Amino acid sequence: MSQTIDTTAPGGSGPRQANGVAAQPRRWRLAAYPSLLALPAVLLLIAAMAYPLLTIVSRSFSEPEWGLQNYVWFFSTDVNIQVLLRTFSISAWVTLVCVIAAYPYAYLMTVVGPRMRLVLILCVLVPFWVSGVVRTLAWVILLQDSGVINSVLKAIGFGGVKLIRTPTGVVIGMAQVLLPFMILPLYSVMRGIDLRLVQAARSLGARPALAFWQVYLPLSLPGVFAGAIIVFILALGFYITPALLGGPRSTMLSTLVQSQVLSLLNWGRGGAMGVVLLVSTFILLALAAPLMRQRHKQASRS
Amino acid sequence: MTTSKTRERGAAIDIRNATKRYGSFTALDDVSLHIKPGEFMTLLGPSGSGKTTTLNVVAGFTDLTSGELSVGGESILGVPAHKRNIGVVFQHYALFPHMTVGKNVAYPLTLRGIEKGEREKRVRRALDMVKMADFAHRYPSELSGGQQQRVALARAIVFDPPLLLMDEPLGALDKKLREWLQLEIKRIHRELGTTFVYVTHDQEEALVLSDRIAVFNQGRIEQVGTGRELYDEPATLFVGKFIGESTTLRGNAETSGGETSLTVAGQRIVASNKLANGAKPVILLRPEKLSLAPGNKPQADSQNSLTGNISEAIYLGSGSKYQVTLRDGSVAIVRAPLEAQQFAIGDEVDLRWHISDCKLLADDERADLTLT
Ligand SMILES: Nc1ncnc2c1ncn2[C@@H]1O[C@H](COP(=O)(O)OP(=O)(O)OP(=O)(O)O)[C@@H](O)[C@H]1O
Ligand SMILES: [Mg+2]
Repeated sequence: MSQTIDTTAPGGSGPRQANGVAAQPRRWRLAAYPSLLALPAVLLLIAAMAYPLLTIVSRSFSEPEWGLQNYVWFFSTDVNIQVLLRTFSISAWVTLVCVIAAYPYAYLMTVVGPRMRLVLILCVLVPFWVSGVVRTLAWVILLQDSGVINSVLKAIGFGGVKLIRTPTGVVIGMAQVLLPFMILPLYSVMRGIDLRLVQAARSLGARPALAFWQVYLPLSLPGVFAGAIIVFILALGFYITPALLGGPRSTMLSTLVQSQVLSLLNWGRGGAMGVVLLVSTFILLALAAPLMRQRHKQASRS
Repeated sequence: MTTSKTRERGAAIDIRNATKRYGSFTALDDVSLHIKPGEFMTLLGPSGSGKTTTLNVVAGFTDLTSGELSVGGESILGVPAHKRNIGVVFQHYALFPHMTVGKNVAYPLTLRGIEKGEREKRVRRALDMVKMADFAHRYPSELSGGQQQRVALARAIVFDPPLLLMDEPLGALDKKLREWLQLEIKRIHRELGTTFVYVTHDQEEALVLSDRIAVFNQGRIEQVGTGRELYDEPATLFVGKFIGESTTLRGNAETSGGETSLTVAGQRIVASNKLANGAKPVILLRPEKLSLAPGNKPQADSQNSLTGNISEAIYLGSGSKYQVTLRDGSVAIVRAPLEAQQFAIGDEVDLRWHISDCKLLADDERADLTLT
C-alpha cells in the first residue's frame, strides 16, 4: 500500500525543508536552479522506487534465465488470469462503494457548521491513525459467521450471510480502509462549488433534484474522478485486508506475488506479476485520461 | 419578449407586513411595499439592512416568519422557487461554469420543454438584447465580469418572466463599466416592460435607474418615493443623509407660532416648518442650496446666515466645492457655481441659505450609526 502512495504523491514536504536549510547561506545558487528544491524528493524516489522497480523488472526477465518464460508462465496459467481479473473487479467494486458512501458524506461536510464539520473530518481521519491490521481484524470480528453482523441478522429473523472469506467481505473491508481517500478529494472539490449556482438553477425553473443533477453533480465530478483513481490504484495493490478477510476465492494479485516471492523464493515470477499489474494499471489510466482532462478543463473554468 | 405589448407584461408585487427573524435577530421588521406593474423599483440601503433578504423572500429562497406576499395578484407564499417564474440576477453572476454561454441562456427554456428551433431563436434574441450574440460558444470563464453579467441578464429574461430581481448586479464591476451597464439595464427595462426590483447600496445608481426607490434601514423601510422626492423631501434624517450630500446642523430650538428658531454656534437661524410632538430637531441642508459671502456682509431678511471659515476648497470643473467649519466645529458642505466668488482656505465667510430651503427633521442617532 505504501508503495503505491509514493507513485501518486511525489514528495510533498521535501522541497520545503531543503529551502529552509540550504537556501540561507547560498540563496543565489538556489534561486538560479529552482529545480534543486526537488532534489531530496527525487533522491528518495530514486532510492525507494526506481531502484527496486528496475531490479524487479530485470529479475522478471532474467531469473532463472534470460527470456520471457515468466510472462509466458503468467499468461498461460488460468489461475493467474483469474486472479488478475478479480483484482481489477474487486478494485472496481471498492471504488464504486467508496463513491456511493463518500459522496453524501462529503456533501454533508460542505453544508454543516464549522464545529460539526470538524467532527466529520475527525471521523474520516481517526481510522487513519489506527493501523491497517487492527482495522482489518476489527472487520474479522464484525464479518465472521458468528460475528456481530450475522448475530444481528439472526436476531431480527434473517438467515445468516457468508461474509468472511468472500469477495463481498473483502470489498467491505477495503472500502472502509480506503474511504478517506475518496472523501477528502471530493470534499475539497465540493467546497469550491458555489451553492448559489444551485439557487440560480432553481430560479430558472429546475426542481431541486434536477438542479442537483444538472448543476451540482457535473461540477463535483472532478472530485469523484480524482478520488476514484486514487482508491482504485490503492485497491489494486492491497495486501493485508484481502489476505485477512478473503478466502481462496477472493485472492488478489498481491497475495500471489507474496507467495511467489516470500514462500517460493521465485523472484522472477513474482516480479513478472508485479510488472503485469503495473502495466495494466497504466493502460487503464491512459484510457481514463481523456475523460479526466476534459473534466479538469471545466473545473479550471469555474 | 414581444416589445409591442410592453407594460402589460410586468407583474405587480405586494409585500404586506413582512417580518423575517433569524433566532432573536429581526432581519425584516414589518416591511410593506407595493410595486406597480412594469415599475423599476430599487431597494436601497446600507449593508445588512435587509435588501437581499427581501429579494430572497420574493424569489422563494427564504421563507417569511410572518406577512403576506403576492405577485400578479396571487399569493405566492409556499410556492417553491422553481415554480415562481421569476428571473433572478445575482451579484456574482452565477453562470454555470460547465455550460457555454448559449447553453446557459438556453437552460430555462430547456427546463420548460421548449423545442429546439424556438429555443435557439429566443436565446439569440436574448443575447442580442444584451449585445452578447457573438459569445454564445464561449465558456463563462472566458468572459470579463461585465460580459458575464450581461449573459446572466440574458438568462434571466429569456423565459419572459413578468418580474426580474437583481441583487447588486454591478457591485463587482468598475465604475465606467457600471455606468454603461446601468444605461443598458434601463434600456432593457424600457424594451421589456417587465417589473424590475433592483438592490443596491449605491445611491447614485439608484437615482440613475429607478422609477421609485425604497430606502431600507435596519430591516425597515424608511421611505418610498421617486429620487426627487427622497432628495427634496426626505421623511427621516437617515434618508436625507443617505441620498445625496448634506449638511446637518444642531442647536437649541424654540418654537413660536409657525416657525422654529435654533441657536447654532451662538447665531440664530430660522426654519420654515416645525416638528410635531416636540422631537429634537436637526437641520438638513443640501450643498447647492447654500451660498457663501465674504464675512460680515449684511444679509436679506429671507436668509439665514452663519459665520465660519473655509477649511477645504475643491475645484470640480463645473464649479467648486467648499467645506466650511462653523464656530461650533460642525462642518458644512457647499457647492458653488463657477461664476460665484471664489474663496481660499482660511477665508472667513458667511454661509447663507433661504429660510424656505431649511428643513427640520427629527434627530435620530441611528442615522449616523448606520452610515458606516
Ligand atoms: N441565514 C441567516 N442567518 C442569520 N442572519 C442572517 C441570515 N441571512 C441574513 N441574515 C442577517 O440579516 C440581515 C440582513 O441581511 P441582508 O443580506 O438582507 O442584508 P443586505 O441589505 O442585503 O446587505 P448587503 O448590502 O451587505 O448585501 C443581516 O444583518 C444579516 O446578518
Ligand atoms: Mg445583500
